[in-house]
Amino acid sequence: MSFWTRHQVFEKNSIILVVGILLVVAIGGLVEITPLFYLKSTIEKVDGVRPYTPLELAGRNVYVREGCYLCHSQMIRPLRDEVERYGHFSLAAESMFDHPFQWGSKRTGPDLARVGAKYSDDWHVTHLTNPRAIVPQSVMPGYPFLSHNEVDPDTIADHMRTLRTVGVPYTDDQIANASADLKAQADPENAGTDAFNKRYAKAVVRNFDGKTGTPTEMDALIAYLQMLGTLVDFKIYNEKANLR
Amino acid sequence: MSQPSISKSMTIGESGLAVVFAVTAFLCVIASAKALDAPFAFHAALSAAASLAAVFVIINRYLDRPAALPPQEINGRPNYNMGPIKFSSFMAMFWGIAGFLVGLIIASQLAWPALNFDLPWIQFGRLRPLHTSAVIFAFGGNVLIATSFYVVQKSCRARLAGDLAPWFVVLGYNFFILIAGTGYLLGVTQSKEYAEPEWYADLWLTIVWVAYLLVFLATIIKRKEPHIFVANWFYLAFIVTIAVLHLGNNPALPVSVFGSKSYIAWGGIQDAMFQWWYGHNAVGFFLTAGFLAIMYYFIPKRAERPIYSYRLSIIHFWALIFLYIWAGPHHLHYTALPDWTQTLGMTFSIMLWMPSWGGMINGLMTLSGAWDKLRTDPVLRMLVVSVAFYGMSTFEGPMMSIKVVNSLSHYTDWTIGHVHSGALGWVGFVSFGALYCLVPWAWNRKGLYSLKLVNWHFWVATLGIVLYISAMWVSGILQGLMWRAYTSLGFLEYSFIETVEAMHPFYIIRAAGGGLFLIGALIMAYNLWMTVRVGEAEVQMPVALQPAE
Repeated sequence: MSFWTRHQVFEKNSIILVVGILLVVAIGGLVEITPLFYLKSTIEKVDGVRPYTPLELAGRNVYVREGCYLCHSQMIRPLRDEVERYGHFSLAAESMFDHPFQWGSKRTGPDLARVGAKYSDDWHVTHLTNPRAIVPQSVMPGYPFLSHNEVDPDTIADHMRTLRTVGVPYTDDQIANASADLKAQADPENAGTDAFNKRYAKAVVRNFDGKTGTPTEMDALIAYLQMLGTLVDFKIYNEKANLR
Repeated sequence: MSQPSISKSMTIGESGLAVVFAVTAFLCVIASAKALDAPFAFHAALSAAASLAAVFVIINRYLDRPAALPPQEINGRPNYNMGPIKFSSFMAMFWGIAGFLVGLIIASQLAWPALNFDLPWIQFGRLRPLHTSAVIFAFGGNVLIATSFYVVQKSCRARLAGDLAPWFVVLGYNFFILIAGTGYLLGVTQSKEYAEPEWYADLWLTIVWVAYLLVFLATIIKRKEPHIFVANWFYLAFIVTIAVLHLGNNPALPVSVFGSKSYIAWGGIQDAMFQWWYGHNAVGFFLTAGFLAIMYYFIPKRAERPIYSYRLSIIHFWALIFLYIWAGPHHLHYTALPDWTQTLGMTFSIMLWMPSWGGMINGLMTLSGAWDKLRTDPVLRMLVVSVAFYGMSTFEGPMMSIKVVNSLSHYTDWTIGHVHSGALGWVGFVSFGALYCLVPWAWNRKGLYSLKLVNWHFWVATLGIVLYISAMWVSGILQGLMWRAYTSLGFLEYSFIETVEAMHPFYIIRAAGGGLFLIGALIMAYNLWMTVRVGEAEVQMPVALQPAE
């Protein structure tokens, strides 16, 4: 029986055809995806990467909501010009707590993987409110409305609990104090800043948007942008140990 | 189904669905009242209203219909079900124009950023998913549903399975589009490209998609032909694989069942891999396999020639679906994804060139002996040019998946140009060609209102595509080269903003190209509308059934 005759079993039997399709399309995905969950070399061993603070998380949700990832990548490739323009190439470990990942696929604007601490908070407020006030040739939309939207401190603990279920290692302590930490990070006068700093290493406490009162989405987004790429200290990062 | 009794009663489907929708309406009212955020409240209210409307329509339809359900055959000819096909065709045209228009708006926003108006709902970041979803899933999806329901009936010589089920599929799918689209404007998104809808929209789509698979499969199972026609293999692969991809890429945990926000189960590198396994195969199975099914039915039909090679179509089918699924990692070249995965992705992407061109050859060579029709039939010309564009972008894709090429092209407009040569040239044109065939068939018209207008559509749209993709090639390669340009002293030559500035003229040309494409679609909509409104009805000739070859 020739191959072409044998093939008729698929042509004459819809269920066998469906099963055949399922088997054939399953292989590629299984081979490429499954090892990423258990190969130890997939994610580097790195010090310093921690889950987002409540305010940073709220800011990240603004970043996601407004679709920033559509024009800004967060993934520096190990190419000479990129490393010189943006800094050390991105490690897998740096986005291991990202649900969802924000690597992006397009650079209409520059990469943001290491934008943290590059510009002042004031710069960000002005730039996010009206990008052309700072960069006349910019094509980025303005986001003045972020200054008027307050972040709800009371729901952020639920978000952290959800993230813990999907694998982000938030502690009970961090979740219990989420609301207080959210307010503390945007207010240097706040009594809770010391406790906050103990819970989140290298987190920056500042009044990001320069306004008093409940933190706004502007506070949150800038807090998030200012921490991007700052967690790993590349002076002590052991590149040899993580050669892949 | 023979129904000897005259007594009229609701089918299990009718009563069951009415009850389910009534309960759903009630639950949605509660969800709307308890909602944690405004978009969720709005969507729950919308779902409640839609569910109530569904109950009303089901009962009203029952009261209006005769006691017996529509027969499977009339005078020995299958009694084809055209209603859902007509609806989906109409929605395809509607969403197509909406999607092209939003595309034109966001293209203009990139050229003139003042058009964002500093408003959250219409700024680029929210409109861009609206554009991609409207053209891929709303326009493309409705074309696929309409044509698949037509092709499966005709090629199986059987009436579409189910009475309410096909309507559930087309209406449910378009309701999903409505929820997804309004969600983007309100800031509801998972931020996973081409899979932006949040958890509740994903759940609803899952239900609709299973119903779609069942209707399609059940129609195949009751076929009167011994063989399953080639186009149906491709439709099946599209439906089945999209289900797998959708489930794999979207497992998310909502923060609350009364809120729109959820967090995806996958994180970081695994999420990236799942996303582009999904993303690339949304291209491979939604935008390729599904539309290849259209190619395999509509081109032979329109050219009145048999498919060039049946054996080639067998190889094409299995090779394409096997190889495509591996290609995802080429979206992640030089990222933190391990090298072995990138290399695998690149290798399979290059191999993918072969089945892609095998399919193209099978489509083009079907015109053997009928090439002269390209001069006289602009619809066939549109279909054939779509296959040519398919060949072009399936050469460009493997080339761009080579890591060295990708290091230049990635993150630039070259990718956007590549996508649009496939989307406008291949998916757009093959859909237009299919709709130009399908509308007269489904509405029982002798032919189109005006072939001259089709010709205008063809040339206006082609000019638009050429402007679009050449502008994006130039801007993409220019941008890639500027990013990596060094001065003789070893410094980076250009700041980032200089590369943004250099894009401006190309963004204007691109918008002009998109505008032409939109004008073409408006010409088409008028033509189809007039075909339905004033076209002459085709007289049904009693034809003896031809035995299968």
